Amino acid sequence: MNLNSYKLSFSIAWVHLVSKPKQTIIAMLGVTFGIGMFIALVSLMTGLNDFTEEITMTSSPDIHIYHDITETRLSILEQINPNGINRVHHQKPKDETLRLRNARQLLDLIRKDDRMQGVAPVLSSQVFYNYGPVQLNGLILGVEILEEDKLFDLKAKMKEGRLEDLLSYHEGIIMGSGLAKKLNVKKGDRVVITTPQGFTRTLKVVGIFQIGIGTVDNVRSYANISMVQTILQEEQSYITDINIKLKDRHLAKQVAHELQTKFSYKAEDWETANATFQTGVTIRNIITYAVSFTLLIVAGFGIYNILNMTIYNKMKDIAILKAMGFAGKDVRSIFMIQSLAIGLVGGLIGLLVGFTLSSLIARAPFDGGDVISLDHFPVNFDSTYYITGIIFGVVTTAVAGYMPSRKAAQVDPIEILRGQ
Amino acid sequence: MTAIVNYVLRTQDIIKYFYDPEKFQVLKNISLTVNRGEFLSLVGKSGCGKSTLMYVLSTMDTDYQGQLEIAGMQLTGKSQNELAQFRNRHIGFVFQFHYLLPEFTVLQNVMIPALKLGQFSNEEIEHRAIEKLSVLGMQEHAKKRTSKLSGGQQQRVAIARALINDPDIIMGDEPTGNLDSYNSGVVFDIFRELTSVYKQTIIAVTHDDEFAKKTDRVVVMSDGQIATS
Ligand SMILES: Nc1ncnc2c1ncn2[C@@H]1O[C@H](COP(=O)(O)OP(=O)(O)O)[C@@H](O)[C@H]1O
Ligand SMILES: [Mg+2]
Repeated sequence: MNLNSYKLSFSIAWVHLVSKPKQTIIAMLGVTFGIGMFIALVSLMTGLNDFTEEITMTSSPDIHIYHDITETRLSILEQINPNGINRVHHQKPKDETLRLRNARQLLDLIRKDDRMQGVAPVLSSQVFYNYGPVQLNGLILGVEILEEDKLFDLKAKMKEGRLEDLLSYHEGIIMGSGLAKKLNVKKGDRVVITTPQGFTRTLKVVGIFQIGIGTVDNVRSYANISMVQTILQEEQSYITDINIKLKDRHLAKQVAHELQTKFSYKAEDWETANATFQTGVTIRNIITYAVSFTLLIVAGFGIYNILNMTIYNKMKDIAILKAMGFAGKDVRSIFMIQSLAIGLVGGLIGLLVGFTLSSLIARAPFDGGDVISLDHFPVNFDSTYYITGIIFGVVTTAVAGYMPSRKAAQVDPIEILRGQ
Repeated sequence: MTAIVNYVLRTQDIIKYFYDPEKFQVLKNISLTVNRGEFLSLVGKSGCGKSTLMYVLSTMDTDYQGQLEIAGMQLTGKSQNELAQFRNRHIGFVFQFHYLLPEFTVLQNVMIPALKLGQFSNEEIEHRAIEKLSVLGMQEHAKKRTSKLSGGQQQRVAIARALINDPDIIMGDEPTGNLDSYNSGVVFDIFRELTSVYKQTIIAVTHDDEFAKKTDRVVVMSDGQIATS
């Protein structure tokens, strides 16, 4: 088939489309609606996913090393008789502390590994915060604040005060914004900390941070590691956790495994730690694609119907074209061009509609409440979804148009001409 | 020794059966030769197989036994695509119900087979189409939609369209069957002029004896056979 022939098929297809404007527009609207909804949905869903992923990832380390005392251990019986059938009743967890032994050497060893970007020791403890009559349960983290900053970019999350103030003021804490609000404390105020063992200490708030996740901002404060060791009445090497940031986060699983076998402490990578979050992302994606796909299939059926009707009405034309020397493939291309044109134009308008909807959604006010700090919907304007959308639309219409077009190609002109 | 071939169409022992509702032979050993520039009419009782024969001759029906040759080309056994191309180049059709494309103008209808052939530029094709229309006295209607024309005018446009690629043969299945006697006369005169002036070859099925009598040769069919030719 030469270029002229395509041009001719194209102009015949064009005449068919414009001579039945209502039909054409309805078929197009189906595609427009499908693609528009796809874009709007996917933009919002991935926007939300990216936003929550971003804050979840920035607030969780690539690898977290700690002493997991809940880890099932072999009973003594199983240790001495590994191949036998053993039965041990009521095995209780061993009375162990959360302490990481030889933590300093551990830190030094890990820091020598050049895959590490930052290695931060942490000492965490449950505490009560007292300020006037208010008493709140929370968490205090003893950290090397500058190392912690390397991991979680704390500098950018400070609402009041500076990180360095903690270094220069030994008895200070940097408090989560939600916690500070509940306690009604401001920078410069003093709060009383009580440990589960009953030890009390008054600390001064030197700064307030906000990570953006309620579960962190509402309970956590940072203090110097030596200060937390003091209030817990532990010695200088007492550390419960080590957080690690890698140069390449995708190595996390492998590095975590290495560390766990090497030091026999639990080393958890970010993917495992956030497994439920990942499941949520997957489910949201499935829903988005399922809904959009359904809409497009409905649009596809619309095109299928309309094209079938057109072909039925144009039987005589098809017969005469074939008599004049149009081959089956020429006739097929006339109708394929029609459905592709409907798909392409309807799809492009759909992209525009989707973009407009997304822009409107992005402007709509939305209160994330206590859980996440948001004032409007996060919307993703990634162009790959627009490309996916238009490909999706054109492919659907091509599939929907193929069967009627093939039927048109197979029309036997004699049957039609004789019928008259 | 090479014979100078002066026939345009030749069939040998064309046999065709229909199987539905029951097997019956509709064409029986049809052997026919049509010479260049001949104006031939095909007559016979209704149901004797004239249309069926025309569809075989037109290459649209390939379900037959025997041989078909047009313009020096053996057509029996060729693929549908080759036959479509062949029709486009070598055969012009005029049907009883004119069969113009209703959404297109008169000029566009005439141009379509030539655009399909793609032998000339668009400008040339348009020029040729107008020329053909003026041969048929239809040039002033060129820009009209075909639905705005009378039956006789539509048939004249259909003839112009059949002529656009200078075909070797024009076939018509009752081309005047749907026209009043005045318009039948007009169409006959056009066919007459095309054959005598332009040496066009024409086969026309007709049940109009007046029409048949004035053609160069009358082939009478009866019961799927050629009775007299
Ligand atoms: N598709 C078909 N299937 C079965 N019988 C057919 C078919 N087409 C035509 N016939 C029969 O074949 C015979 C010849 O038909 P046709 O060629 O149309 O005759 P004519 O054009 O001479 O009036 C008729 O008896 C008709 O009923
Ligand atoms: Mg007939």
